Amino acid sequence: MNTVEPAARSYLEEGYGLRSWLGTSDHKRIAILYAVAITFFFFLGGLAAALVRLELVTPAGDVMSAETYNKMFTFHGVVMVWFFLIPSIPATLGNFLLPLMIGARDMAFPRLNLFSWYLYIGGGIFTLACLLLGGVDTGWTFYTPFSTMFSNSRVMLVVVGVFVVGFSSIFTGLNFIVTIHTMRAPGMTWFRLPLFVWSMYAVALVMVLATPVLAMTLALIGLERLFGVGIFDPALGGDPLLFQHFFWFYSHPAVYIMVLPAMGVVSELITAGVRRRIFGYRFMVYAIVGIAVVGFLVWGHHMFVSGQSMYAGIVFSILSFLIAVPSAIKVFNWTATLYKGDITFDAPMLYALGFVGLFMLGGLTGLFLAATALDVSLTDTYFVVAHFHYIMVGGSVMAYLGGIHFWWPKITGRLYSEAWARFAAILMFFGFNLTFFPQYILGWEGMPRRYHEYLPQYQVLNVLSSAGATILAVSYLLPLGYLLWSLRHGARAGANPWRAQGLEWTTPSPPPLHNFARTPQVDGGPYAYEQP
Amino acid sequence: MNASAGHLREQFDDSVQQREASTLGMWTFLATEVLFFGVLFAGYAFCRVIFPDAFAEASRHTDMLLGTLETAVLLSSSCAAALAVREVQLGGRRVATWLLLITAALGIAFLAMHGLEYVAEYREGLIPGIRYTQHGPHAASMQLFFCLYYFITGFHGLHVSIGVGLLLAMAWRTHRGAFDQDYHTPLELTALYWHLVDIVWIFVYPLIYLVGRAA
Amino acid sequence: MIGLPQASGFAGRVDALFDTLLALSGVVVLGVFAVMIWFCVKYRHGSAADRHGESHRHLGIELAWTLIPMAMFIGLFAWSVKLWVVLRTPPADATPVYVIAKQWMWKVQHVGGQREINTLHVPLGQPVRLVMTSQDVIHSFYVPAFRVKQDVLPDRYTELWFTATQAGNFDLFCAEFCGTDHSRMGGSVVVQAPADFAQWLQAHAGTGLAAQGAVLFRRFGCSGCHDPHSGVHAPDLDGLYGSTVPLDDGSQVRADERYLHDSIMLPQLQVAAGYAPVMPSYQGRIDESDVLALVAYLKSRSTHPEIVDEYR
Repeated sequence: MNTVEPAARSYLEEGYGLRSWLGTSDHKRIAILYAVAITFFFFLGGLAAALVRLELVTPAGDVMSAETYNKMFTFHGVVMVWFFLIPSIPATLGNFLLPLMIGARDMAFPRLNLFSWYLYIGGGIFTLACLLLGGVDTGWTFYTPFSTMFSNSRVMLVVVGVFVVGFSSIFTGLNFIVTIHTMRAPGMTWFRLPLFVWSMYAVALVMVLATPVLAMTLALIGLERLFGVGIFDPALGGDPLLFQHFFWFYSHPAVYIMVLPAMGVVSELITAGVRRRIFGYRFMVYAIVGIAVVGFLVWGHHMFVSGQSMYAGIVFSILSFLIAVPSAIKVFNWTATLYKGDITFDAPMLYALGFVGLFMLGGLTGLFLAATALDVSLTDTYFVVAHFHYIMVGGSVMAYLGGIHFWWPKITGRLYSEAWARFAAILMFFGFNLTFFPQYILGWEGMPRRYHEYLPQYQVLNVLSSAGATILAVSYLLPLGYLLWSLRHGARAGANPWRAQGLEWTTPSPPPLHNFARTPQVDGGPYAYEQP
Repeated sequence: MNASAGHLREQFDDSVQQREASTLGMWTFLATEVLFFGVLFAGYAFCRVIFPDAFAEASRHTDMLLGTLETAVLLSSSCAAALAVREVQLGGRRVATWLLLITAALGIAFLAMHGLEYVAEYREGLIPGIRYTQHGPHAASMQLFFCLYYFITGFHGLHVSIGVGLLLAMAWRTHRGAFDQDYHTPLELTALYWHLVDIVWIFVYPLIYLVGRAA
Repeated sequence: MIGLPQASGFAGRVDALFDTLLALSGVVVLGVFAVMIWFCVKYRHGSAADRHGESHRHLGIELAWTLIPMAMFIGLFAWSVKLWVVLRTPPADATPVYVIAKQWMWKVQHVGGQREINTLHVPLGQPVRLVMTSQDVIHSFYVPAFRVKQDVLPDRYTELWFTATQAGNFDLFCAEFCGTDHSRMGGSVVVQAPADFAQWLQAHAGTGLAAQGAVLFRRFGCSGCHDPHSGVHAPDLDGLYGSTVPLDDGSQVRADERYLHDSIMLPQLQVAAGYAPVMPSYQGRIDESDVLALVAYLKSRSTHPEIVDEYR
């Protein structure tokens, strides 16, 4: 492994004006542009969630009208899915780390990378416009014929916004695929790649293959709304169920876009926190690829009671059970990695362990939903809401934050306050469980989702959930605070404060413009931590 | 001194890597295009299975003469594009420039002919949601055909327009000597894109124009 | 499931599967947490544990925790599928009741002409089969106590069946987001002992659904073409329900509820062989409850028994 290069200007010092940022082609600066934008959208979507939880403290709809409530949860879903979760790890950590981890100077297509960011911003502007001009009330799933023929809200604006941001996803994925295929340093064979890079590769494949389907589906909704006719229109003999097939064909792989990068991050955090090689590297790789591939085959499990045939339900059920196998392998392998390790419990490790636990809980409830006979009762209830929040929030968001903390010294050249970070991580774990565990119970007791008002028997659990949400909100604001504070006042970081393995740690903190003065030569696999 | 040395971008180690990356990038992009059109074709297939008679009747309203001419034009244009690349590979410049201009011109001809089709369809009242005056038992479900027809051909036309722009840019650069035997990657990739546009049309033509016309 | 009554024939079986999954999940969670905590304590930095030896792969263990979960999942799948098939297969003697969902209410029509809004009266211990359609957007009929749910679509019939095993009132919810008052689109299912139910039916009886359909058949001019003495060559409707109809494209279709509905609302979809496609569509001219009445009337003109497997 190469040692640290002599001090050069860091990428942060290559120009200071707005133009040097908005016109950059440096993958590291683009990653930061994304980070700023998605943080904005995260808190916006979080605000919508806070208002939803506020309304749900009482059974009556006394905080806002039904229409406003419907717009609130729709906005929360649209923003969190497309403007936070899907870009979060790939566009920030992925963009920053991918070239560093494979020993490259930048992405294959740096200007396309910047263009992807502008597409994200463009899509974001349409979505904000939608919010400011009245909002949309269809749910983030836009089911027809409600979205095409009945909703009086600003469906077109949000459809355009999501359409545009989809292209951001596609071009990011394209960039990743080409970069990983053609720009690995000499000696970095496929099975020497860090698992984070594998997860970026898998995610890129899913982004590139699934997102076009979303784009066309949204375009078809848009056309139907504009012209009053379309292929989802039952009055013409068209089929509203066709929409659901198209939509979920994208949206199920989309949830793997949200979780695969998180899994990649967690593998990096755990190996560094344990100072040990990952247990079962090859199985972990096969699991990542397996999840990505089988993820395209299970979309019908969102449609068991939709009017889809009983036989289709059977096929989608077995596939959905099988996709749990690679996820289980990963959970077991992460746990086994702890064996004979040398474990420290800094914030990134706490986030990683939190991920493993919460992802496991969320994933197990996926089995309940894969069982068609149970799904009949549980679908469209708070059980599903809890299930996906466990994975997306307890999973992906925690992994994202863990990654941000872990690579913060590399990205910013500063150290954050470990005490505050540990506190926030633990607070988040408790706040999260208090918010979402009651929702499992609410679901199996029959409370449907997307309900503005509910029957009084569901109130106690709703109050618990809303209380948890308050704690969770605080635990998200804390990192915003102490991380930003560290930019000015944090101690300066060395090249490798965690003494971690990985090519990114052989560069200065922060790295210079083109990362490596000389292309590194790789002669071993990842996570080469020495035995004590 | 060759053209490629001046074109090596900073992120790449050498021109071989750059060429590999550019080519893989274009193929990946084309894969996404296949999926874009794939959704539309899937929707079309679904509706056609449900409404075979309505689709057959609707297809008979399309202008088969123009559609066939457009197919011939696009196929010829692909040929011209391929020949242009070959010319550059053999070290040529002038002929290649002309071939690229011909390709672009054929693309514009395609768009013009299709524009004529749209105008005629407007006059005949075949545009659901804007001007639709069909009657008869299949009139309602024929709208499904036409919705898909305008979306697919419109989306395809957008790709043709972008392709024409790229071809004109390539023609200019070829004329200025930007490419030679060793370096002509942008030209190759533009030709690849144009071939995709052509292949999509080869699927569109029978699906839209030839339904119910065999009888 | 805690707190919910087991008020249908399926509920106990559904709960058994749920509880088993819950127990298995509990075991896995506790097991993994225990191991994680144990390792974190034993191998924390600075502890004197033995860290020597290679430990980053072990094919046997990896295969074990791949294949054992896989086998368990397949077992759970098989159990679930058995139950699923039962949930989707109404018995031949199930009584049909018709449900029309519209923003934001449930309209129920019994065969004897009894109508209800947001309530559904059913007899205890007898299988009931709901045939449902929507007047506008997609809704979903959900009775947690029965463990049943089914989306209700426009221009299509979907079905849900159950046998109520407890008397009482049970919550009915709409479970597919359908607009502004989605959360108010609830009601109750009232399960009564057979004698009480019979009394209720009598007290609320109106013109039977089939008789209503007969009136509509004349009012909408159907008999103008479909009467044997009509000058128009139109299919004879006696014995139509349940028969096999040859279509003009050479295929055949069974004349079930969906076929009858679509023949009225989308006649060009499937044209009977030997007939010109001249039947006008009644889309927008009559509503779904009228269509249901007409379908009931057409069923009465056939001796074919109730088809119960058309919605699989």
